Amino acid sequence: MAIQQIAGREADGPMRAPEGVATAEGFVVPARDSVAGVSVRTMEILTSLGFAMAGAAAIWDSLRLGAGWSGDGPQSGYFPFWIGALLVLAAAANLLSVARAGAPQRKAEETFLSLEQARTVATVFIPTCLYVAAIPFTGIYVASAVLVAWFMVRLGGFSATRAVPAGIATAIVTFVVFEIWFLVALPKGPIEDFLGY
Amino acid sequence: MEEVGLLMQGFAVALQPDNLLLMMVGVILGVLIGVLPGLGGANGIAILLPLTFAMSPVSAVIMLSCIYWGALFGGAITSILFNIPGEPWSVATTFDGYPMAQQGRAGEALTAAFTSSFVGAIVAVIMITFVAPVVAGFALQFGPPEFFAVMFLSFAAFVGMGRGKPMKTLAVMLLGFLLAAVGMDAMTGQLRMTFGQTEMIRGFDFLVAVIGLFGISEILSSIEDGLRFKGQKARIDLKVVLRTWAELPRYWLIAARSSLIGVWMGITPAGATPASFMSYGVARRLSKHGKDFGKGRIEGVVAPETAAHAAGTSALLPMLTLGVPGSPTAAVLLGGLIMWGLQPGPMLFVEQKEFVWGLIASMYLGNIAGLIIVLVAVPWFAAILRVPFSIIASLILVVCAIGAYTVNNAEFDIVLMLIFGVIGYVLKKLDYPLAPLVLALVLGDRTEEAFRQSLLLSDGNLAIFFHGWLSGSIMALGLAMLAWPLIGAIWPRRKAAAAA
Repeated sequence: MAIQQIAGREADGPMRAPEGVATAEGFVVPARDSVAGVSVRTMEILTSLGFAMAGAAAIWDSLRLGAGWSGDGPQSGYFPFWIGALLVLAAAANLLSVARAGAPQRKAEETFLSLEQARTVATVFIPTCLYVAAIPFTGIYVASAVLVAWFMVRLGGFSATRAVPAGIATAIVTFVVFEIWFLVALPKGPIEDFLGY
Repeated sequence: MEEVGLLMQGFAVALQPDNLLLMMVGVILGVLIGVLPGLGGANGIAILLPLTFAMSPVSAVIMLSCIYWGALFGGAITSILFNIPGEPWSVATTFDGYPMAQQGRAGEALTAAFTSSFVGAIVAVIMITFVAPVVAGFALQFGPPEFFAVMFLSFAAFVGMGRGKPMKTLAVMLLGFLLAAVGMDAMTGQLRMTFGQTEMIRGFDFLVAVIGLFGISEILSSIEDGLRFKGQKARIDLKVVLRTWAELPRYWLIAARSSLIGVWMGITPAGATPASFMSYGVARRLSKHGKDFGKGRIEGVVAPETAAHAAGTSALLPMLTLGVPGSPTAAVLLGGLIMWGLQPGPMLFVEQKEFVWGLIASMYLGNIAGLIIVLVAVPWFAAILRVPFSIIASLILVVCAIGAYTVNNAEFDIVLMLIFGVIGYVLKKLDYPLAPLVLALVLGDRTEEAFRQSLLLSDGNLAIFFHGWLSGSIMALGLAMLAWPLIGAIWPRRKAAAAA
């Protein structure tokens, strides 16, 4: 099934499923500890820092606008200032609890994302990013057709002769449903221009 | 019994042929959404919301709320047959539902799940029918301090009653408030936190956030371990249904208890997911066969399903009466109300009687329709998961992108959706709850407005929130909720055991 193909295809080395495991359910999830990858601890710290930065940005911008009291009531920055301040505090508390939990129980260092998992996720994520990046240039229909066909060939192991028509069909169905049926205009590119839409 | 008369008028609205048709369409779409990974009730509705602008608000809300019921039903199918919870609230259903399916009792488990969902929903709808007008009437007297107090209570309840770490809940919630504040300040017209970017002036639309947080992130996390699309056989025939129905009345006590838990957790915005876990935990602890739970006890299906559906349904009560949604999906529906030009809150019950009662009537009918549809069509819905993941995933990505774009006709929103997807993926893996973020994003502006208006009344004195007995007692309750985790930390922790 699909996943096994994802595993099999993208893994030109270490990620190949063991011989004899031919079915999706046989795809072995790598053991959670002691694998190369990003640890939960690192991600916890990064996330807390991210929250703190968001809070700090809010405080900074609110101070620019004025976070106090003016003649006609609270200034624009009043509410975000305090929310930002609380967010910095909450992030600090989270950071502290990570720091405190870390030291004694280091042995069970959990992996947030192993290298193998990251590679699997990337097989979906990178095409998705390219898809989003392409929409302003090609329009959503062409990009969608390519995305569907790409997924089917690369992840699903379908032949191009089945994937390409499927992609085009997706685009046409979407077009009919949105542009004609619901009268919702979606981003269009040069091909649609050429066809007169 | 004024309510009964109004409800009858509501039925007259809901029973109009085109509304009945929309109801069916909604339920079927909802079950589909519930079955597919990456499309949940909240983001399914968020994606479809822009398509309803042309409809009348009653028809639109009937269709969208039926999608919600359908999604609640649909989550159980994948839990039981595939051991994949299609929705977070059906995680607890996998504990006993999947073992039952492995033992060849899938039909029994599914019938039990659907029926108890139905029971939970109906209990909640009856509650809404009679309690909602009272709450709304009460809320008509609310001023800004009371509204702020209610919002404060809802958010405090997340921190106090939620399953996550309180500080993590607090952090995501505050982030939601900040994101809501980005863009033009409605009261002064100043631009806030746009940092000179023109794309930021519009602010963050919560629909885009919902699609990213619940849709894209779901696709990313379901790919990472490889989806196990290996299901048990689903066959439901009338004999199994009738046999299970004959057996179910025995568990009336569990159903009643779970309904109560669900209704309570749904009104306070803890939501369907904790309700299902709590109800499962309580059923296991109070059962004589507690040790057998997890090995395929039918009570283990009845309890979480009843509670989840009761909670999911009663989450609409605060949304309708106070304009404070009890769940992310209710929040999306609330966003719909605003887009259709309705002002959520108690005035709905005065000014939009047809809308409110049409919706409530459609809750009864939608759940009956849902029960029939899922019982009849389970095998077809289960077959969807046999479609290769490469096709499902790419189609869902396309649908999400279209949904994000149509909210504001902005290509930049598709980029935002992707960013929210990554944020949601990381946060979910680190056990940050996402619902508070969405709710804060939805309610942020109105919370701030209530806060600022109150401060205007009192000339900047925060004590105004404690002046009125009503706002004062709601605030006090909220503070107690906030302090709850502290009490829990000192007290021996039994809550965690119950939720496990």
